[in-house]
Amino acid sequence: MALWCLLLIPFLGALVLGLFGARRLAPEFNVAFSFSTFVTSLVLTAQVIREGSFLVGREQFFVDPFNVFLVALTAFVGWTTSMFSRPYMRIEEHHGRVNRARLRLYHSMYQLFSFTMLLALLTNNLGILWVAMEAATLTTVLLVSLYRTAASIEAAWKYFILCGVGIAQALFGTILLYFAAEKVLGAEGSTALLWTHLNAIKGQLEPTVLTLAFVFLLVGYGTKVGLAPLHNWLPDAHAEGPTPISAVLSGLLLNVALYAVVRCKVLVEGATQSGLASHLMMGFGLLSVLLAAFFLLRQKDIKRLFGYSSIEHMGIITFAFGMGGPVANFAALLHMTVHSLTKSAIFFTVGHACQKAGTQVMDDIRGLLLVSPTVGWGLLLGTLAILGMPPFGVFTSEFLVITTAMRDQPWATPILLLALAVAFGAIFHRVQSMVFGATDLKPLPHPPALLPVFVHLGLVLMLGIYIPPTLANWYRLAAAMIG
Amino acid sequence: MLKLSLASQLIHFGAALLLLTAFAMLTQRRVLSLVNLFAWQGLILSVSTAVVAYSSVQHHLYVSAALSLLLKVILLPLILRRLLKRLNVRWDNETLLSVPTTMLVGIVLVVFAFSLAQPIAELSTSIARSTLGIALAVVMLSFLMMITRRKAVSQVIGFLAMENGLFFAATSATYGMPMVVELGVALDVLVGTLILGVFFFQIREQFDSLDLQHLEQLKED
Repeated sequence: MALWCLLLIPFLGALVLGLFGARRLAPEFNVAFSFSTFVTSLVLTAQVIREGSFLVGREQFFVDPFNVFLVALTAFVGWTTSMFSRPYMRIEEHHGRVNRARLRLYHSMYQLFSFTMLLALLTNNLGILWVAMEAATLTTVLLVSLYRTAASIEAAWKYFILCGVGIAQALFGTILLYFAAEKVLGAEGSTALLWTHLNAIKGQLEPTVLTLAFVFLLVGYGTKVGLAPLHNWLPDAHAEGPTPISAVLSGLLLNVALYAVVRCKVLVEGATQSGLASHLMMGFGLLSVLLAAFFLLRQKDIKRLFGYSSIEHMGIITFAFGMGGPVANFAALLHMTVHSLTKSAIFFTVGHACQKAGTQVMDDIRGLLLVSPTVGWGLLLGTLAILGMPPFGVFTSEFLVITTAMRDQPWATPILLLALAVAFGAIFHRVQSMVFGATDLKPLPHPPALLPVFVHLGLVLMLGIYIPPTLANWYRLAAAMIG
Repeated sequence: MLKLSLASQLIHFGAALLLLTAFAMLTQRRVLSLVNLFAWQGLILSVSTAVVAYSSVQHHLYVSAALSLLLKVILLPLILRRLLKRLNVRWDNETLLSVPTTMLVGIVLVVFAFSLAQPIAELSTSIARSTLGIALAVVMLSFLMMITRRKAVSQVIGFLAMENGLFFAATSATYGMPMVVELGVALDVLVGTLILGVFFFQIREQFDSLDLQHLEQLKED
C-alpha cells in the first residue's frame, strides 16, 4: 500500500504542478508533495523493518534492505531540496533568469524526476529499471537548459546525447541478460527479467553472455554514474542547470545509476564466479577518482568544481563495491548516504553564494562569512565534511574503504590516498578564499532557506560519531545481499 | 520445414537490408534522405519482426511489429520531416571524416561486431541467431554516424537508428522483450524525440543555426 502511494504521490504532483505550476503558490505545493513522498517512504521503511523484504504487484515491484534505504534517502533529499528550491527559484525569478512558464515546467519535471527515481529503485524488472533511468534523463534534460543560455543549451545537449548513447549500451546489456535468462526461465510469463527470479538462478546463467552483458551494462549505467572516461556530461550539466537540479543530480541520480550497476553486478558475479565484474568496477572507480582529483585543480567555476568532486566520490563508491565483501559494501553504502547528504548541502550554499555574487566564477566570490555567516559557515563545514575531515561521516566511510583496500587490494591504496590529498588541496584552497576576506557581495531579495543545509550536515556529523543500530543493521543486511 | 527455412531466409534478407541502410545513412549527406532511410529501416525492422512472429508463433511479437510500424515508419519520420521543414535544414555538408574513410571504418566495425557476437550467436536457439552480429553492427555504425556528423538532426537520426539496431537484436536473439518493457522503451523514444524537437528550436534561437560546432564552448582550458 505504502509502495503504491510512494509512486503515486510524485506522479500526481507532476500532473498537478504541470497544470498549476505557474501559480504563485506552486513552490509551496512542490514542497508539500515532496514532503508527503518522504513521509510515505518512512511508512514503507517501517513496514520493511517490521516484516522484512516483500514483493507486490505480480512480483513487478519489490522492497529489500538495499533499495528501501535508497528510497528513504531519495525521498528525504528530494524533500529538503524542494525546501531549498522555494526561495532559490523565487530569487532567480526576481533576477529575471526564469519566467512563470518555465517555473511550471521546472516544478512539474521536479516531481516527475522523483517519480522516475523511485520507480527505478522499486521495480523488480530490469527492463523497467532501464526505462526509468532513461526517463530520468528525459525529465532533467530540459531543466538543465532552463535558463536558455548558450552554455546551458550546450550542456543539456551533451547530457542528452552522451547519456542517451550510454543508456543505449545498457539496453543492449539488458537484452543480453534477458537472452541468457530466457534459456533458464523461459519466455512464458515474462519472469526472465525479474531480478528476484534472476538472483535465484544466477548460478545457471551462461557466463560468456553475462560477461559481455556486464560490460555493456557497466558502460551504459556507468555513463550516468559519471565514471571516467564517460563523465564529460556531468560537470557541464551541474554547472549550467539551476542549483536545485545540480543538488538532485549529484545527490540522487548518480546513486540510483550506481544502484543499477550493483544490482547487475550481483547477478554477473553469481553466474561467472570470476572476479571480472569486480575488477572492471575497481578499475573504472580508481580511474574516476584519479582523473577527477586532477581536474579539480584546474576549475574556475564553483559548480563545476563540486561536479568533479561528485565524480571523485562516485569513483570511491564504485571502487568499494568492486572490492566487495561485508566491510567494503558497508562502507560503500555509508558513503552513498553521506555523500548524497553533504553534496546536496554544499550545492544549497553554493547556489545562494552564486546568487549573492552574481557569478559562478570562484575568483569573484569573496568574504561570504561577512555578508552571510550562515551561507559562509554552511559552505565551509560542508567542504570540510566532503573532504573527509573527522568527525564527519565521510571520514568514517573513506577510512573503512582505505583500510579494506590496504588489506585486500594494497596496490590501490597509494592511488586513492594521492587522489584524496590532491582533492583536499584543490578544494580547500579555493573554498577558503571564498569564505574569508573582504566582500562586495549583495544581500538577497528573499530570505534563503538554509535549514536543510544544517540538517544535512548534522546528520552527516551524527553518522560520523554514532550510527544508530537500526541503520547499521540495515546496512549490514544490504551489504550481505550484495555479497 | 520448408516454411521455416523460407522464414529464416527472409529474416536474413531483412538483416542484410538493415545493414545496407545503415551504410547508406553513413554516407548520405541530404538530411531529408536520411529521414527516408530511417523510415525504410523501420519498415524492414517491422516486417522482419512480423516474420519472426509468424514462424515462431509468438503472438506478442505481432504487437511489437505493429508498434514499430506505427512509431518508426509513420510517427517519427513525420515529426522529423515537419521539423526539417520548419527549421529549413537541407544539407549536412561538413563531416569530420571523408566518405571513403567513414566507409572503411564502418567495415572494420562490422568485422569487430561479428567477432564479438560469434560466441553468443552459437548459443542462441532462435531462428534468427546469426543476425545478432548484424544487429550489433548496425548499433556501431549508427554510433559512428553520430560521431562524424555536425548537424544536430543527423545526430538524432543516428541515435534513433541505434535504437533500431537494439530492437533488432532483441527480436533476433530472444523473440522480443516482455511487452511492458517494449512499451516503456517505445514511450521513452517518442518522448525523447519530442524533447529533441523542442531542443532544435532552442539551439536555433540561440545560435541561428543547427550546426553543432557552436556547441563547443564548454571545455576544460
